Amino acid sequence: MELNMSKIKRLCSPDHLRNFYEKFGLPRLIISLFLLGLFILAFIMKMDLTILLSASLDRIGMNGLLVLAMLPTLVTGVGLNFGLPVGFVCGLVGGVISLEYNLTGFTGLFTAMLCALPLAILTGYLYAALLERVRGQEMMVGTYVGFAVVAGMCIFWLTAPFRNPSMVWAIGGTGVRVTITLYEHYSRILNDFLAFKLFGVTIPTGLLLFFGFFCWLAHLFFRTRTGMAMVATGANPMYAMSSGINVRRMRYISVMLSNTLAAIGAIVYAQSYGFLQLYTAPLYMAFPAVAAALIGGATLKKATVGHIIIGVVLFQTLLTIALPITQTVLQGTDISEIARMIISNGMILYALTRTERG
Amino acid sequence: MPGNSVLELKNITKSYFGNTVLKGINLSVKPGEIHAVVGENGAGKSTLMNLIFGMPVIHETGGFEGEIFMDGQAVKIDSPRQAMELGIGMVHQEFMLIPGFTVMENIKLNREPTKPNPVSKILGPSMETLDYQAMSHDSKTALEKLGLEIDESAYVSRLPVGYMQFVEIAREIDKKNARLIVFDEPTAVLAESEAEHLIAAMKRLAEQGIAILFITHRLDEVMACSDTITILRDGELVKTLVRKETSVEQIAELMVGRKVERGHLPPRSVEPSDDDIILELKDLTVEMPGERVRGLDLKVRRGEILGIGGLAGQGKVGIANGVMGLYPATGEVIIDGKALKLNDPKAALDARMAFVSEDRRGVGLLLDESVAVNIVLSSVEAQNKFLRRTIIPGVRLLDQKAVREYAMKIIKDLDIRCTGPNQPVRRLSGGNQQKVCLARAFSLQPEILWVSEPTRGIDIGAKQLVLDLLVQFNREYGMTIIMTSSELNELRRICDRIALVYRGKVAGILKPDASDVDFGLMISGKQPVKEVG
Repeated sequence: MELNMSKIKRLCSPDHLRNFYEKFGLPRLIISLFLLGLFILAFIMKMDLTILLSASLDRIGMNGLLVLAMLPTLVTGVGLNFGLPVGFVCGLVGGVISLEYNLTGFTGLFTAMLCALPLAILTGYLYAALLERVRGQEMMVGTYVGFAVVAGMCIFWLTAPFRNPSMVWAIGGTGVRVTITLYEHYSRILNDFLAFKLFGVTIPTGLLLFFGFFCWLAHLFFRTRTGMAMVATGANPMYAMSSGINVRRMRYISVMLSNTLAAIGAIVYAQSYGFLQLYTAPLYMAFPAVAAALIGGATLKKATVGHIIIGVVLFQTLLTIALPITQTVLQGTDISEIARMIISNGMILYALTRTERG
Repeated sequence: MPGNSVLELKNITKSYFGNTVLKGINLSVKPGEIHAVVGENGAGKSTLMNLIFGMPVIHETGGFEGEIFMDGQAVKIDSPRQAMELGIGMVHQEFMLIPGFTVMENIKLNREPTKPNPVSKILGPSMETLDYQAMSHDSKTALEKLGLEIDESAYVSRLPVGYMQFVEIAREIDKKNARLIVFDEPTAVLAESEAEHLIAAMKRLAEQGIAILFITHRLDEVMACSDTITILRDGELVKTLVRKETSVEQIAELMVGRKVERGHLPPRSVEPSDDDIILELKDLTVEMPGERVRGLDLKVRRGEILGIGGLAGQGKVGIANGVMGLYPATGEVIIDGKALKLNDPKAALDARMAFVSEDRRGVGLLLDESVAVNIVLSSVEAQNKFLRRTIIPGVRLLDQKAVREYAMKIIKDLDIRCTGPNQPVRRLSGGNQQKVCLARAFSLQPEILWVSEPTRGIDIGAKQLVLDLLVQFNREYGMTIIMTSSELNELRRICDRIALVYRGKVAGILKPDASDVDFGLMISGKQPVKEVG
């Protein structure tokens, strides 16, 4: 008993607590506590926690890659990739191409990714070239590039030469529909891969494995020569230059990588959601991803795979469980959509104010 | 105390974080006197001036000891504003002017004469209209006092650089109570004819009874205009001289003079000579702001330690930065008979050169990364070292075991005090950070090592260790070392030859045991007594 007390004393000692606090950071602490509060509230309201948890896991896997797409640009100092929609629409194009040939299952999924890849690399290069010209304002310019690309793609979707009747407008016969179901193709194929139930919570094994695999790749990548060069570029461009690193090239590579991850992330997102959402749907795709990365502890100076994972888990769990709870608490009113906006944008705002600037 | 001094400093002592930069300074300036303060970089001139002008940096670092008297009255100067109220003006080294304003707007900035108007009657004096006529008149008077004819309504951005300095001075003397004006290296950015003009203006001001404190390192200017000369060295007042009773040589000697303890350096089997040149710079120009190199020629002997000295802003720092491709350079760099591709850091590294930058935190280190990463990263990037193969061909990962072992070894060899290879370098002391920078360069196994200001900002014990390391690199590994430093003393301690840079060119090359007079003269652009090969 005495031993136990001393252990608790040590754990609660100011030094230990401060150390933990410094490592974890205030924002994450607040959000974790808030999350805990929500879970307690949900329990009191006698809500079904297993459903909430299952949905959270779903959303974590679904958004994971999009948040991971923030990593390369953060690491090289290009900043948060607010131009995420650029890569996202590449993924959508890949998805539509795969549908055009009626491919199903994993064939369909991987064909979509393979088709999206060259597109993402190409557009990533062009996007990087643009960002290079506006050094120092990448994030703002990126936001508008994202908006512009989505708008431009609206024209593409309307005139695209796709023929598969399941996705073109029923009347007129040209142009793809706003929302295309993947039900007969590869809807939730990753989610259901090796999925199982644990205490009533559905674990989307395939989805989480896929995200985990990419995190692992990213982790390894930052130990290659190129990866380390990117870290150095972001941490101190002059150091990088004096080590013979081509700083400009690293910035290009980071934007192209981010774009590619966004494209693959878009396909993963769509298969989990069950629909391809075209036209203006990708418009605000960047913001939740940005918020998640920041909440995870990534800053414009330093970001790691760990930050990304913590961020996506905290942010998506919070978003997922906050909605049904507000709905239950404020019964009778249709507050959910408003609450969703307030919570998600509020978090972005909060995270951005917490950003330590160089 | 003598009542006729405008300003009198008594026993001024100032330290930054335990590092004493001014020790017991006594100084007094009479009305109409031009008092020159000379000294090398780091002698304490700027600190003294900041103190007189009440710059916040002094108070943020714990204030100072001693007293300041003006007209025999003890005063406290806690802010530049108070200094101005007491009649102290300051002309800065860098211009503090607003380019988009006219000359008179700059001169009268924040002290504009105003006229009331209907709006100001309601909303108060801050809405009053500027009285341009009065402004123009005042500005003209001030400019005339300087003997300068420029249009007071011209925009400052259109003026030649030399004139901007005069606008600053005009602003100071326009202040009605101006009694003492401090000139902080006013001629540093001026051409020779402009400098002459400025000195004439200073004399004119002195005739009108304004006391002038003139900080400079150009000895001919000191001799041309000052009445009294105070020489600072290492924060101590060496001597106050009357100009008429002294000579340039005496000042030069006092400025530099100190016992050089040249340790017993280990001998070499072959002494470097002009027959074996490893590196030659021909007509090198480097566009490094504040440290421009303008058509410099230099030959470096294989295996020597060559020192590059000179005052700040003369271009000595630019040389290494230009050769290593960090700042735009033109000219020729020939290494072992082969021309180096300029403006390409990778090419410089491939030519077996390495560089320890003067900007330790800005260029030399990744502050948030570990000691080990800092040491090996350049070698990984430039030479593909510390990588191991993986099962995928062409993909190689950092060999963390090898990195750790290497880092442990070099930490021990260079005696880097840290908790281990994983400690972030931000947490290390300046001296140990410098050792990490040296380790980084050393890991590249260079034939030519450029080292800039290796002892800046580190404590005395660590300084000696760093210098010892350089000697060790030179003797044991045969590295040719080119060391740039503002501290002549340390150059004289370990270098074989010392090149002094003035105005972007090599003024001459001296042996470390050359006389203080020669060093003092050459460093301030005076022709040397004799040159040695």
